[in-house]
Amino acid sequence: MEFKDYYQVMGVARDATQDEIKRAYRQLARKYHPDVSKEANAEARFKEVGEAYEVLKDAEKRAAYDQLGANWKAGQEFHPPPDWNSGFEFSGGGFTGGDASGFSDFFESLYGRAFNGGQRGHTAFHAQGEDHHAKVQIDLEDAYSGAIRTITLQVPGIDAQGRVSTRAHQLNVKIPRGIRAGQHIRLAGQGGAGHGQGKPGDLYLEVEFHAHSHYRVEQRDVYLDLPVAPWEAALGATVKVPTPVGSVELKIPPGSLAGNKLRLKGRGIPGAVPGDFYVVLQIAVPAADGDADRTFYRDMAEQFNSFNPRSKLGV
Amino acid sequence: MENEKMLPQPVSLILEEQTQLTLADLSRACAVHAECIVELGEEGVLAPVGREPESWRFSGIHLRRARVALRLQRDLGVNLAGAALALQLLEEVETLRTRLTALGRG
Repeated sequence: MEFKDYYQVMGVARDATQDEIKRAYRQLARKYHPDVSKEANAEARFKEVGEAYEVLKDAEKRAAYDQLGANWKAGQEFHPPPDWNSGFEFSGGGFTGGDASGFSDFFESLYGRAFNGGQRGHTAFHAQGEDHHAKVQIDLEDAYSGAIRTITLQVPGIDAQGRVSTRAHQLNVKIPRGIRAGQHIRLAGQGGAGHGQGKPGDLYLEVEFHAHSHYRVEQRDVYLDLPVAPWEAALGATVKVPTPVGSVELKIPPGSLAGNKLRLKGRGIPGAVPGDFYVVLQIAVPAADGDADRTFYRDMAEQFNSFNPRSKLGV
Repeated sequence: MENEKMLPQPVSLILEEQTQLTLADLSRACAVHAECIVELGEEGVLAPVGREPESWRFSGIHLRRARVALRLQRDLGVNLAGAALALQLLEEVETLRTRLTALGRG
């Protein structure tokens, strides 16, 4: 396994005071906290920092760690020395309330495993399994019609030899009709296994939509930019408009302008209070490719010679 | 497709809309004492329906709020009021981000 330089992880000197270590931890924890941070590797960094702090904040653990010497480099192949741990007793502080399940092999080889209870007595213990959380990406269409999607989650667990390993947990998930981005699908009993006679935990899937080439979603409303020809906008027309559940006929009123919004009530994401579907008009201008086209545009310019598209700009 | 039929297909509920939790449910799901949840209610982090704690009902959205508030307290050493403030600001940032994305694509 790789050696971990806890001082480097925390960005402090080897002779840092306990106060300095605490300050560094608080700053890093705020920066990388998974509920706060949007950085891509926030969760991994947060765990790394938590592990380093677990060791460095505790005088006993820190002293034992320092005993390994300052010559180790982060990432170097590491085995604990044979006399490791002699003369140290990690009896007092033990492990703190932090989530120790993400600690590295390196940590466990030095300090054992928090959740195996070696230092915590042997009373029988029943508790509900942990709730698991994951994200799932679905298509906008799935929210309109509902769907069944097969998903695979990597679940950390403890194998027969007592080692931490991940196993694939595959299941079919019914995507409920009307679900929106940011909401959670709750699957009762699909989380971590219970301890003793405890029930398994629940699985929560946070829903995100795949980016769509022409729809965008705000809460329960769905927006579409719809190009129309100048004559359709000026004279009015009935045109075909795609929606996530098939195309509909839409009446463009005469005298429509670019940017005008037309609302299809209740055609957004369905639900007890369904969202609306908004069509935002754009004017598409045909290219003047041939002589005939150019003549036509020149005639238009003559016909509309008092038209100033920039009148609002004061020029 | 063959594979899909073999797999378990548990019941899916939308947490935010189709789930009602009692004080006991919520405490268990957050792995804390009921007193902690009551304190979150007093701080205004959670807004249950019902007058007395025994008859409180929480909509699913409160599970997420409670968990985030408790994690912020545990991991960042902030007190309950601080966690409540952080949660409120996080939600505002989230709303702004959504609008920004919509503008960027529009």
